[in-house]
Amino acid sequence: MDIVVLVKQVPDTEALIQIAGDGVSIKTDNIKWVMNPYDEFAVEEALQIRDANEGTVTILTMGTDKAVETIRTALAMGADQGVLINDPAAEGSDGLAVAKILAAALKDIPYDLIIAGQRGVDDDGYQVGAAVAEYMGIPQASLVIKEEISDGKIKCDCSIEGGTVVTEAPLPVLFTTQRGLNEPRYASLPGIMKAKKKPLDQKTLADIGIDPSTVGLANRKVKIKALNPPPERKAVKMIEGETPEELAAALIKVLHEEAKVV
Amino acid sequence: MAQGVLVITEQRDNAFRKVSYEAVSEGRRVADELGTDVTAVVLGSGIEGIAGELGKYGADKVLVADDGILSDYTTDAYTNVLAEVIKSREPKVVFLGASVQGKDLAPRLAARLDTGMAMDCVVVKAEDGGVVVTRPMFGGKVLADIELEGDPQIVAVRPNVMSITENAKDGSIEKIDVQAGEVKTTVLETKIEAGDKIELTEADIIVSGGRGTEGKFEVIEELAGLLNAAVGASRTVVDEGWRSHGDQVGQTGKIVSPNLYIACGISGAIQHIAGMSTSKFIVAINKDADAPIFSKADFGIAADLFEVVPAMVQEVKKIQ
Repeated sequence: MDIVVLVKQVPDTEALIQIAGDGVSIKTDNIKWVMNPYDEFAVEEALQIRDANEGTVTILTMGTDKAVETIRTALAMGADQGVLINDPAAEGSDGLAVAKILAAALKDIPYDLIIAGQRGVDDDGYQVGAAVAEYMGIPQASLVIKEEISDGKIKCDCSIEGGTVVTEAPLPVLFTTQRGLNEPRYASLPGIMKAKKKPLDQKTLADIGIDPSTVGLANRKVKIKALNPPPERKAVKMIEGETPEELAAALIKVLHEEAKVV
Repeated sequence: MAQGVLVITEQRDNAFRKVSYEAVSEGRRVADELGTDVTAVVLGSGIEGIAGELGKYGADKVLVADDGILSDYTTDAYTNVLAEVIKSREPKVVFLGASVQGKDLAPRLAARLDTGMAMDCVVVKAEDGGVVVTRPMFGGKVLADIELEGDPQIVAVRPNVMSITENAKDGSIEKIDVQAGEVKTTVLETKIEAGDKIELTEADIIVSGGRGTEGKFEVIEELAGLLNAAVGASRTVVDEGWRSHGDQVGQTGKIVSPNLYIACGISGAIQHIAGMSTSKFIVAINKDADAPIFSKADFGIAADLFEVVPAMVQEVKKIQ
């Protein structure tokens, strides 16, 4: 079973996000970059499937030099090899262009299964996984909390509003992760040492046959015109009262009569 | 030239999901600004009976794709059918709800049609014959104004944000030929949790608990039950195993926009705030008067949730 995991490096979810001077991007200094949390579930699941079925786990990402760190993290967790598409012309690509680039890279990587995070917690676009599945012409399953592979098929429990849908499709399949799928392992010290020697291939757009004039910032179909901070709330109104009963009564009164929400 | 608004609706067990009424209403509003028509699409099996409802919210026409193969949602069949509908009708803007189904379908359709898609839109404005949208990024820490290139512009609206407006139009029904094409995915089973559990992303009111609950959710459940509210939880609570993953509100959990969010014993970590900051009213109840949650709340009570929440239960009973 050869598995490819699509990984992205994103700002840590505890990071304070500030809008840069250009008004369309964020300030990247002082940001701690981490593996997208949903991709950690993807790496963990890939390792578990590989260990039960043999095969390889390849980490595929598009990014700049700093993305090497995230690939090394996945290798330290136990993945076998990494591929980084690193090309200045690819920077600023939107989800569709990233998917085209990853799909082009996948032509040179054997796979039975592709696992991706449900979304990157940076642009929250939900675009890349589904588009890669589309470009590879394979079925997808989203928000998977459990999977089972047998007889060349994968059964996925996909979380939906208020429940679960169980789907089945013949491999190869791309599925995306949801919290609850597994508990991602931490990289061990020996794992970190080993990761340094594992293959990490860096490729340019030319290497994978992508015309640079079709991707990148200038060719986005999703164009960011402006970033704005969310509207500020008015200062909090602290409810006054001597006893819990008084506090509760005053709160429910204001919710009922002023806000009219209860 | 592409023109018109197409709204992809969603039904489960032959009942429309609330977000579909929101999407049709918003589609109508935008179509009026653009001076164009709204066509809604319903897919499923035996769904002709419900299709007429959409006229009430402003659909001029309702396309009905009624076929056994569409009875359960599969990405393959729904994408195949909808891509053909869009290619033949050439709408300028396609609306759908950013529900779980919408989050699976919209990106695949966008890739198939090679066009721009925006997820979880909270504002849609008509401009230059099409739309400009606003959507949260970084879990709501910033709002992005987005222009979408390509035809159609695919706009997935965040559940619970757009208002449902009655605006009766013809809603004439047209059955369409279903060419589902190759469908590799089979739905084996749909398991819906028993009871009337209210989905967080669709709830009008959410009562949420954090570390301060120490895992004891009885009082929160009781208040939620009275208010017909959903129960949410912070990441700590889920990591501790006190509540299931599906209850988590935050940047790596569910992003919610209820009318009222009551945060009990939640300190207000950035990643939690990201998941609920678009709520209309936020109430924070926390023993620690310096907890960061108070800076994001409309109303605050600095006291023990185990004393205040039961008292709130009594007060709610009085007004009901």
